[in-house]
Amino acid sequence: MKALNNLGMGLAGTISLVVVLVLWEVLCRTLHVRDIMLPLPSQIFAELWAELAWYGGHTLYTLWTTLAGFALSVVGGVLIAVALVGSRLFERFLYPLIIGFNSVPKVALAPLFVVWLGTGAEPKIAIAFLIAVFAVIVDTVHGLRSVPSDIIDLGKVLKGSPWDFFFKVKLPCALPSMVAGMKVAMSLALVGAIVGEFVSSQKGLGYVIMSAQGTFDTVRVFAALFILALMGLALYGLLAWVEKRATPWRQIHSD
Amino acid sequence: MSVAAVHARNVSKQYPGSRGVQALSGVNADIPAGRFVSILGPSGCGKSTFLRCVAGLENITGGELDVNGKAVNGPPDGIGMVFQRDALLEWRSIRRNILLPVEFAKKSPSVYQDKVDHLLDLTGLRDFGNSYPRELSGGMRQRAAICRALVDDPSLLLMDEPFGALDAFTRDQMNVELQRIWMETRNTILFVTHGISEAVYLGDVVMVFSPRPGRLLETITIDLPRPRPLSIRETPEFGRYTAHIRGLFEEMGLIGDKGTV
Repeated sequence: MKALNNLGMGLAGTISLVVVLVLWEVLCRTLHVRDIMLPLPSQIFAELWAELAWYGGHTLYTLWTTLAGFALSVVGGVLIAVALVGSRLFERFLYPLIIGFNSVPKVALAPLFVVWLGTGAEPKIAIAFLIAVFAVIVDTVHGLRSVPSDIIDLGKVLKGSPWDFFFKVKLPCALPSMVAGMKVAMSLALVGAIVGEFVSSQKGLGYVIMSAQGTFDTVRVFAALFILALMGLALYGLLAWVEKRATPWRQIHSD
Repeated sequence: MSVAAVHARNVSKQYPGSRGVQALSGVNADIPAGRFVSILGPSGCGKSTFLRCVAGLENITGGELDVNGKAVNGPPDGIGMVFQRDALLEWRSIRRNILLPVEFAKKSPSVYQDKVDHLLDLTGLRDFGNSYPRELSGGMRQRAAICRALVDDPSLLLMDEPFGALDAFTRDQMNVELQRIWMETRNTILFVTHGISEAVYLGDVVMVFSPRPGRLLETITIDLPRPRPLSIRETPEFGRYTAHIRGLFEEMGLIGDKGTV
């Protein structure tokens, strides 16, 4: 039943997408919209098809910096969250700092990272990390703090080691919330990677967009955007799949 | 005389702060091992606080409190606890939930498989060992929580309104089952409830608490043969106990017919 529902959702989404593309094509042709303003979907697909390998290379670069930034944000974010929840001292001194830092628009820091880390993949990964890490911290802290009081009491009565309590009770309790944070972090890491490429790059889809815009090659801009949309969707889908695997008990619905 | 399972002498508990509530005042009790003790009172009478003090989850602020002959300082060894909401871990199967105390005690779960099977049989959960808690009804979940509390043979089982969240029918059923389980295991049980009938049905002894400050009003020995069928609640002997307790609450002004239709 549920699988059927999911299939239905996917099918319905595909139908809507096709309808929008057809409408777009028809309207652009009948209204004689200039390519430089809004190219035809057929032009975009033709462009993608013609330069498949070239786009593939840039896509892989952006994918790699996004995933590297995301992975770092998950590791770093969870460690920071654990330190914040585990130690009163850390919470007192570090949390205000983190909140203050989070209110700085991270995009504005991108040029600095070029100065610090050069023009390779490092500054892109660093920006992706920086933008994504706060989502992981906030949701992991929330998850670790939302262990029900009964279960905390249970842990005390059972007198297990703090290690056991953390890994067998607290962390699994926090897992659903952590995964929610990771979903947000994944989209943000992609934003970070693109911003990094906007600022300075010779590679990646952000670079493709910037350079094509410079020569008013709008078809190419749209081709890159199309790939980015697909990439965002695929990364989100990947996390949703991981979530299902990691939390099988949540897939059961009690009535 | 052997060491009492729970020994309380003039136990008091005051919460900190300028308006700190006096939750317990001058509670005395000597509970011999193997006894089923109901702790009865209206909400806010300190009955749960008393239980939590015995469990070492709260510190007493006066008097002395011993469990199995040792002063309570943090959770004592060899206790099991059942909470109002079952406190099962949603991500573990029922079997692995029941084995949690074994894992925490750094004992080998494989040695306890037969024990778990026995407990699952005893509580009618034989076919649910591999299910997740989410797949079970409220009553079944609470039975699994009882299995978890019993898995390492605790000498003292503490139950904090364990059936409070269940509907009346399930509650009756659980009362019968708990009696049956206890008659087999014979641990000392402290059972907190606000149901007069439940307290009398289950208890060898009923400790009646009164509110603000929480005091022990009376300790009543229930002299009814076991196993007690549910229908025992309709007998005059049972009625005398519940009427007496209801009288105590009326004297306190907690229940009464005055002013009501």
